[in-house]
Amino acid sequence: MNETTLGKKGLRAARSPVPPDADAAPVPQKRIKRALKEELSAYAFLAPYLILFSLFIVVPVCAAIGLSFTYFNTVERPRFIGLENYVNLLTQDSEFMMYVLPNTIKFALLVGPGGYILSFWLAWLLAQIPRRSRTVLALALYSPSMTAAVAMAVIWLTLFSGDSAGYLNALLLKIGLIDAPIQWTQSPHYLMPIMIVVTLWNSMGVGFLAMMAGILNINKEMYEAGYMDGIKNRLQEVWYITIPSMKPQMLFGAVMAVVGTFQAGEIGVQLSGTNPTPQYSGQLLINHIADYGFIRYDMGYASAISVVLLLVIYGFSKVAWRLFGDKD
Amino acid sequence: MASFHGNKINPSRFGIGQVKFFVFLIPLGIVMILPIVFMFSQALKPLDELFLFPPTFLVRQPTIENLVSLLSLKDMSVIPVTKYLFNSVVVSVSVVALALLTSAMTGYALSKKKFKLRKTLFEINTIALMFVPAAVTIPRYLIVEKLGLINTYWGHVLPLLALPVGVFLVKQFVDQIPNELIEAAAIDGARDTAVFLRIVMPLIKPAMATVAILAFQTVWNNAETSSLYMSKETLKTFAFYMTTLSTTIGNNVAGQGVAAAAALVMFVPNLIIFIFMQSKVMDTMAHSGLK
Repeated sequence: MNETTLGKKGLRAARSPVPPDADAAPVPQKRIKRALKEELSAYAFLAPYLILFSLFIVVPVCAAIGLSFTYFNTVERPRFIGLENYVNLLTQDSEFMMYVLPNTIKFALLVGPGGYILSFWLAWLLAQIPRRSRTVLALALYSPSMTAAVAMAVIWLTLFSGDSAGYLNALLLKIGLIDAPIQWTQSPHYLMPIMIVVTLWNSMGVGFLAMMAGILNINKEMYEAGYMDGIKNRLQEVWYITIPSMKPQMLFGAVMAVVGTFQAGEIGVQLSGTNPTPQYSGQLLINHIADYGFIRYDMGYASAISVVLLLVIYGFSKVAWRLFGDKD
Repeated sequence: MASFHGNKINPSRFGIGQVKFFVFLIPLGIVMILPIVFMFSQALKPLDELFLFPPTFLVRQPTIENLVSLLSLKDMSVIPVTKYLFNSVVVSVSVVALALLTSAMTGYALSKKKFKLRKTLFEINTIALMFVPAAVTIPRYLIVEKLGLINTYWGHVLPLLALPVGVFLVKQFVDQIPNELIEAAAIDGARDTAVFLRIVMPLIKPAMATVAILAFQTVWNNAETSSLYMSKETLKTFAFYMTTLSTTIGNNVAGQGVAAAAALVMFVPNLIIFIFMQSKVMDTMAHSGLK
């Protein structure tokens, strides 16, 4: 036993370029070696994801930032034009200022906080009922978020069909609320409200499940203590105990809500079948990117809008972090 | 002193005090599933019911006519619908399997391995939770093209494997495993891969179930990889075929039934998988907090 160890040590000393007197302090060397081994094994586990993550998230984001300072029409090489795209976005792009920006703000404010508060409220209600009925109702509320936007588009188009045989039109005609069929998805007047309702409908997703789990896992003694300290009703209970005890889940839900909101923009194009949407009524940042990127082939400008979109998402998430994050 | 009624959250039995919660939840639950009920109903309607005027919301004489004609349908370039379905299945299975493997490996390393960039990498991944793929469609396309993934199955699979939410959830879940358990195994002489496969993997099954669901939903519902990276019709997926339906056959009444049947095919796998795994998802979500 002793001999083999010695033998190995001798071998290492013979091979290593380190002078033999390094053996005088074998402990730190061993520790360094172990740390190095740990680093290497960590990267062995991380490598596949790190490569994919870099290729499909980090590099595209950096490339978008880079391209946003260029004129790039996909035929010629990108030409550096400095901040021109950003300046144009803020000063020249009247569609952006008149429709895209107000639409995005309106849509984001209603769908983001709206969907988030709705998720929390429903999760809280679900936590108050027994397990079996909770599972059934949670499934009903979560199912919409499992539907694919592309699949639901055909369902919405049938429901909101513009002639009198359309389901919503037929219903409203029958109960006498309208006297002529309405072109729901082609009308600049109704497209946005429909987009908002549809998006709210499928906003009970991962964040909703996380918040429900968060509420269910709060230590019951917290409530007991809270009532001893003078909490009088359930509203106070939610405000002083439930929300502070599940801040991490509240934050996760908020981030998911922000991302979901800005990702949901496709719906307007799917409902109306055109990009730009009728009179830009349902045009959001994400459609504006597709409009410039894939219809007008002005990739540099589209990239500048992408960068703005990512910054907006980051900004809103930071607000959520302020509200619910650890203050250290 | 205000009264504490005790254990109101997560009650074990139905009580009369819960009626007020059901009063909100049941109607809302019904409203939420109405469009889905409509999808089922529409998909099961025979042709004459689709043409009824005024239209009826619910089907009277359900039939699988629409589903049968969907599956025997060929699109304009004479590709059978079943080919799109086959592609979807192949791509989805690959993405789920590989996403499970990569996110488990990554989550384990980020949680239990000691290396210099651990904290930084986890923070970068957390920031990436806010990432919206649609914002960088153009550079992503350029990268997929440079890598030679255009018109290959890998073009469907690889971009979707960068799933920060999956890694995040797994890492949070692995955090729950006591370090002693892993150290003990290491002292017993277990190699790294053995620790990972025999100790960590069995313990993180709930997180794996959740990642499987999220990855499946992402890939099964995804039409972009087909429309952007595939020019050969034979490589496109069912989700892509779905997008063509809303502009072609979905536009006439007769096509509505078939289109609804296709929507059903898109929805049902998601539903089944979620129902089977929902309790595991709730386990995982308990640790989903962001700090």
